[in-house]
Amino acid sequence: MELGHFLSALTPFNLLLALFGVVAGTIVGSIPGLTATMALAVLVPVTFSMDPASALILLGAIYTGAIYGGAYAAILLNTPGTPSAIATTFDGYPMAKRGDGDLAVALACFASVIGGLIGAFSLLFLAPPLSRVALAFGPIEYFWLSIFGLSLIASLSTGNLMKGLAGGAFGMLLSTVGVAEVSADIRLTFGSQMLVGGFGVIGALIGLYCIPVLIDLVATPDRHLKIEEDVRSVRIGEAFRIAMRSKFNLVRSSVIGTLIGILPGAGGSVAGLVAYSEAKRAGKAHQRFGEGEPDGILATESANNATVGGGFIPTLVLGIPGTPPDAIVLGALLVQGVRTGPTMFSQSGSIVYTFIYGLLIATVLMLPAGLLIGRYAYKSIVNIPKAVLVPMVAFMTIIGTFSIRNSVTDVLLMLGLGVFGWVVGRFGFAASPIVLGLILGPIAEQGFVQGWTIGAATNNLVGMFFGRPISQGIIAFTLMTLLLPLYTARRRRRKATEQS
Amino acid sequence: MLKRTFLKIATAFAVTATLTTGSSAAELTGPVNYIIPFGPGGESDISARFQQPFFKDKFGQDMVISYQPGGGGAVGWASLNGLSGDGQTIMGVNLPHIIIKPAQKDVGFTTEDLNVFHMFHYTPDAIIVKADSPYQTLDDLIQDAKANPAQVTMSGSGKATANHLAHIKFDKMADIQTTYVPFKGTGAAVTALLGNQVKAEWGYSTVAATQGEEVRMLAVAMEERHPLFPDVPTFKELGYDMVGGAYRGIALPKSASAEVTKMWSDMIAEINNDPAFRQQMLDNGFAMLDIEADGMADFMAARSEEYLGDAREAGLIE
Repeated sequence: MELGHFLSALTPFNLLLALFGVVAGTIVGSIPGLTATMALAVLVPVTFSMDPASALILLGAIYTGAIYGGAYAAILLNTPGTPSAIATTFDGYPMAKRGDGDLAVALACFASVIGGLIGAFSLLFLAPPLSRVALAFGPIEYFWLSIFGLSLIASLSTGNLMKGLAGGAFGMLLSTVGVAEVSADIRLTFGSQMLVGGFGVIGALIGLYCIPVLIDLVATPDRHLKIEEDVRSVRIGEAFRIAMRSKFNLVRSSVIGTLIGILPGAGGSVAGLVAYSEAKRAGKAHQRFGEGEPDGILATESANNATVGGGFIPTLVLGIPGTPPDAIVLGALLVQGVRTGPTMFSQSGSIVYTFIYGLLIATVLMLPAGLLIGRYAYKSIVNIPKAVLVPMVAFMTIIGTFSIRNSVTDVLLMLGLGVFGWVVGRFGFAASPIVLGLILGPIAEQGFVQGWTIGAATNNLVGMFFGRPISQGIIAFTLMTLLLPLYTARRRRRKATEQS
Repeated sequence: MLKRTFLKIATAFAVTATLTTGSSAAELTGPVNYIIPFGPGGESDISARFQQPFFKDKFGQDMVISYQPGGGGAVGWASLNGLSGDGQTIMGVNLPHIIIKPAQKDVGFTTEDLNVFHMFHYTPDAIIVKADSPYQTLDDLIQDAKANPAQVTMSGSGKATANHLAHIKFDKMADIQTTYVPFKGTGAAVTALLGNQVKAEWGYSTVAATQGEEVRMLAVAMEERHPLFPDVPTFKELGYDMVGGAYRGIALPKSASAEVTKMWSDMIAEINNDPAFRQQMLDNGFAMLDIEADGMADFMAARSEEYLGDAREAGLIE
C-alpha cells in the first residue's frame, strides 16, 4: 500500500490506458446489447504483451466506464444499457422528458464517480475482512435476497403492488424456460430447440424497454424529448450543487453498492434497486420519486458503480469472481502468472495495489470524460430528427441482441417480448418487474433447491429457511417493503373517512 | 534477356508451388474465433486463455475468445455446424456434457455431429474439504457418512456433470450415502464450501490449486499423483478405481475439410507439447491429455460407454 505502488500506477502510459479504457467503456456501456464482458473479452489478448498492472488498469477502466455508460440509454431512451441501470430509468427518463436530460446525465456522472471511489477505497483498505461477507451468504440467503429484490421492484416501479408482483412472477416464469441451471432439466421448451437457451437477460432488457419506446415514438407526433429554448450549455454546476446537497444519499448508496457487489451473482441491478428504495424511504416529503427526482439517479448510479470495487473483493481475495467481467479479469490475471486467491495480496501485492490505484485513477478520469461524452450523447439524441432516431435505435436493438451469442432466435424472442411489453404496458404493467423476475428467478430457484437439499439432508428444513440470522433480517425487510404501503394507504383512507 | 526468362520461369514455378501447397495443406487467413459455449471464469475459459498467447506466438494469428452461454453449452454446440468450416472458427467442447445432454432430450445436436479434433486436458475429480475440516483423510469422510447416512453434504457444479457423476460413482464404490448439492459452476460450489454451507465439495484438482492453504484435497482421480500435490493420494491408491474428470477439447464445424481438421489437430498438439504450456497448466492444477484427431473416435467411444452407463444407472437418462 506504499506510495511506490501509487506512483507506478501514475506512469503516462498507464494514465493513457486508464483514459482510453474509461472512454471506450462508456461508449460500449451506453449501447444496449454491447456489454462490459464483451469489450473485456476482446481486449484481453492485447494485454498479454503489457505488464500485468497496466493490463489490469486497462481492463478495470473499461469495466467501470461501461457501468456508467449504461445510464445514458436509461436516461435518454428509457432503456438500461446494462442491467445495473434498471432503476436509473425510474427518474432519469422522466427528467429527460421534461427537458432535464443534460442535468440527469451530469448527475449520473458525479454519482458514478463517488460510488466508484467508495467501492475502490473499500477494495484498497477493507478487502480481506469484507470478503467474509461473500462467505456468510449461503443458498438460503440468496433465496431471500432475490425475494427481497422482487418485493422492492414490485413496490417501486408501478403504482400498483399487485401488478408489480404479477410482472415479477411472470419474469420468474420466463426464467425457467430452457435448461435449468442446477438441475439440468430441459423445461418449457414445448419440444422446440429454439427455447433450449431460454430468454437472455440482455435480449429481454432491450425488447421490454426499447421496443415500447420505439412504438410510442412512431405512434405519437410529439418530439422524443422536450428541449429548452434557451441553450443552457453548462449545467454541471447545478448538478454539482444537487450532488453536494445529497451527500448522505451518495455515501449510503455507495456503501450499499459495495456490500451487494461483494456477493457473487447478485450484481449491480439489485444494488441499484436497494439503494433506490432506501433513498426513497429516507427522502423528504416534497421529493417525488419516479417522476424525475434527482436523488433517485444519484442513488442508483452511485450504488452500481460501487459494485465494481465491491465485486473485485471476492475476485482478488477468494479467487471467486463476483460478475462476468470480474471473471474475465481473473482469467487475464492467471495468464499473466498471477495467482489469485487467499495468497494474492501477500505474494503479488505490488500488482494488486497498482491495479487498485489504477482503478481509482480511472474512476477520477471518468469525471471529465463522462461529462464530455454525456453532453455529446444528450445533444445528439435531442437534436436528431425522429425519422432518423427511430430507425437508428431499431437497428441497434437488433444488432445488439444478435451480438450477444450470434443467435437469430434471440432477436425473435426480443421482438416478441417487446410487442408483448408494449401491450401489457397499456394495462399498467411495467417492464422492470418482468426483467428483474428474469434476473432473480434463477438465483431464487437455485437458492431454494440448494437450501432445501441441505435442510432435508440435515433434518432441519425450518431452521434452514427461517432460523439463520441474516435470512431473518432479509425477511424482515421484505415484509416491511410489502406491508408498509398497505398500512399507509389504509391510514390515509381512514383519515379521509374521518374528515368527511 | 535470358535472365528475364529465367525469372519468369522461376516465378511461374513459385506460383505453382504455392498453389499446390495451398490446395494440399490448409492455411489460416486471419484472426481465429474461439467460441466458449459458457460464460467466462470457468475451467473452459481459463484453459482457452492459457492457449491464447501460445497460439499467437506459434502461428502468428490472433485467437479471439468469445462467450456464447446458454442451455449448459447446448446453444453453442447446436449452432456449431451452421458456422463456416474454413478453419477460422473453432469451439470448445466438454465431456461429459456433449455426451449426456443429447441423451437426455433433443437439444439440437448429437454427440456424433460434433467434429472434435483434439482433447487437450482434463480436470481430475477430487474431494475437497476446508483446511479446518475434521476430515483429515478420505476414510474420515467415509466413516462419518456410514455413521450418518445422507448427512454429509457435498457441493458440486451442476447436475449430470462430471462432479455429479463422480459423486454417484463414488457413493456406490464406497457403499455410502452422501447428499449432493448442485451449484452454478465451480466458483459457486467453492464459495459454499468456504462458507461452511456444505461439509465437502466434489470438485477438481484446479480448485485446490486456486485455494491453496484454505482447503485440503482428500483424494484425486488420476492414475498417478498430481505433480503439484505430491502428498495427496489417488483414489486408486486408496482402493477405489476412479480415474477421470471433466475432459475438454475443441471442435470444428462438420463442413471443415480433412486438411483443415488435420491442420488444427496439429496446431493444438504443438501448443500442448510446448513445455512452458504444460507447466502452466500443471501449475494451475490441470492434467494434460493428448488425444489428437486420429485417436478421437476410440476415445469418445470409450468415454460415451462409461458416462452413459453411469448416467443410466443413476436415472439421469432413460
